[in-house]
Amino acid sequence: MTYDLVVIGGGPAGVAGALTAAQAGLRVALVDASVRLGGQYFRHSADPRPAPGLGRFLRQARALDRRADVRLRHQVWNVTREPGGGLTVHATAPDRTAVPLAARRVLIATGAYDRPLPFPGWDLPGVLTAGGAQALLKGDGVLAGRRIVVGGTGPFLLPVASGLAGAGARVLGVFEANGGLGLARHPLLALGKAGEAAGYAAALARHRVPYRTRQAVVAAHGEREVEAVTVARLDKEWNVLATRVVECDTVAVGYGFVPQIELGVQLGCRTRQDVDGSPVLAVDAGQRTSVPGVWAAGEPTGVGGWRLSEVEGRIAGLTIAAESRAAGSRAPESRALEGRTDESRTDESRTDESRDAEGRDREGRDGEVAGVLARRRERWRAFGEALQHAYPVRPGWQGWLRDDTLVCRCEEVPLARVREARDLGATDARSIKLLARPGMGWCQGRICGYAVSCLAGEPPQPPRRPIAQPVTLGALAELTDDDPTTPPLT
Amino acid sequence: MTFHITIDGRPVPVTPGQSIGAALHAAGVRSWRSTRFGGRPRGLFCGIGVCFDCLVSVNGRTPERACLAEAAPGDEVTTA
Repeated sequence: MTYDLVVIGGGPAGVAGALTAAQAGLRVALVDASVRLGGQYFRHSADPRPAPGLGRFLRQARALDRRADVRLRHQVWNVTREPGGGLTVHATAPDRTAVPLAARRVLIATGAYDRPLPFPGWDLPGVLTAGGAQALLKGDGVLAGRRIVVGGTGPFLLPVASGLAGAGARVLGVFEANGGLGLARHPLLALGKAGEAAGYAAALARHRVPYRTRQAVVAAHGEREVEAVTVARLDKEWNVLATRVVECDTVAVGYGFVPQIELGVQLGCRTRQDVDGSPVLAVDAGQRTSVPGVWAAGEPTGVGGWRLSEVEGRIAGLTIAAESRAAGSRAPESRALEGRTDESRTDESRTDESRDAEGRDREGRDGEVAGVLARRRERWRAFGEALQHAYPVRPGWQGWLRDDTLVCRCEEVPLARVREARDLGATDARSIKLLARPGMGWCQGRICGYAVSCLAGEPPQPPRRPIAQPVTLGALAELTDDDPTTPPLT
Repeated sequence: MTFHITIDGRPVPVTPGQSIGAALHAAGVRSWRSTRFGGRPRGLFCGIGVCFDCLVSVNGRTPERACLAEAAPGDEVTTA
């Protein structure tokens, strides 16, 4: 069976895209590695606590469950183009068997992950990414620690810190490497998100959590796990001005996000550099990538948060549905749904002109997408870009490293070996990787890639990973059409 | 409500729905693997399946990410 659309990723972009297309009558599958839909931002436990936007997301997820083939706990490791022009999404099931899904169109909605920066001791147990600490709390109901230091840059540190404090951890401080203005002048306020920023500020104040700008965790100390950190006061470029030691049992750090684009790169999709230098998938007004049949939405097209992701997902769903209709590829039995209005539509308000039943055909065309949804997308895109401008990574972090600081955690490559490679003439991240092996281990450079690029003095390059997730040889063997039991004809 | 898994024979309580990594971390087991070269302790880092620091073997299978593996009653987790 061939799906009209296979969506990869079950966060706000993927769910909105899948639901929009399914509501238009397409036969849709959505694949996600997690046990529940939600992605990172809407990660939740079986019995979720209320959170901004979560109720709305869960309504969409339930509606999707009724209308599409939702495959959780499935990891996508590759997407291939078939000789006939169709696409195959290669996933592995929880029991590691191969699950190939034939698709006319694919939507890449694979989200992003925390961008860590290396520092001495960052590989000690108890040092987690900010998103990791958040995932433990939201998905598993587990506090990452008792005495927690939160550090890095960007507005994401605020919900992480207030979440941890609210759940009973002692948060010893939020150390924001950028800024210099404090919470009262936080860019969230300037961007019209006063309510949200004030909410976090109030939560931090209530739990007496200090918020310090131009400060950072520059080293973690401990034998078997973290016991203390060095917190530094920084200048504008993040060079260390002064330090002090803070005792703690846990550190949550994050310096922005890395969009997850390798499936698009595998397919040959054109990339562009985002404001912060990250390679992202280039898309047109309808969220199409440069490769026919392949759409992208959410963080892989540029980090901007869940609202932007959702609106991009909806636009992708609409243009996919319109093209599918034009190509006459809708599943016949789905036509019964046509024209029907539905309480579980992806929209929050019923007054929006773009989403009444009559408007459905019109909004499917790019001209209409350029209306309400496109304006909303522009607004949130501008917001995302403003945040990237406000919270850059400054070069001074390289001075926090010592010769023996691991840059690559998987292959245990210290800074000294990266420097050696550079001295031998490696002037780009790829040459450094070939000489010193950072990025050649299990994570394939997802964690150290950004740092290695900075150390090489170049912007991060699009990831070249022929296989996006570990896969068994058995699953690979199933890729071939040849039947191994048939003897060769010669 | 809660059930147990074992790590190297030691029981660890699990709230249904938790990942193996989360259950271990909550039980105070914050490292369960040593690196190949330096023998450094490793546990959860990214928590979302990206870094592969938290690899464990479950019921004798080849290593998998503890942060992604949902714990099931009686799972026997072994560390490298």
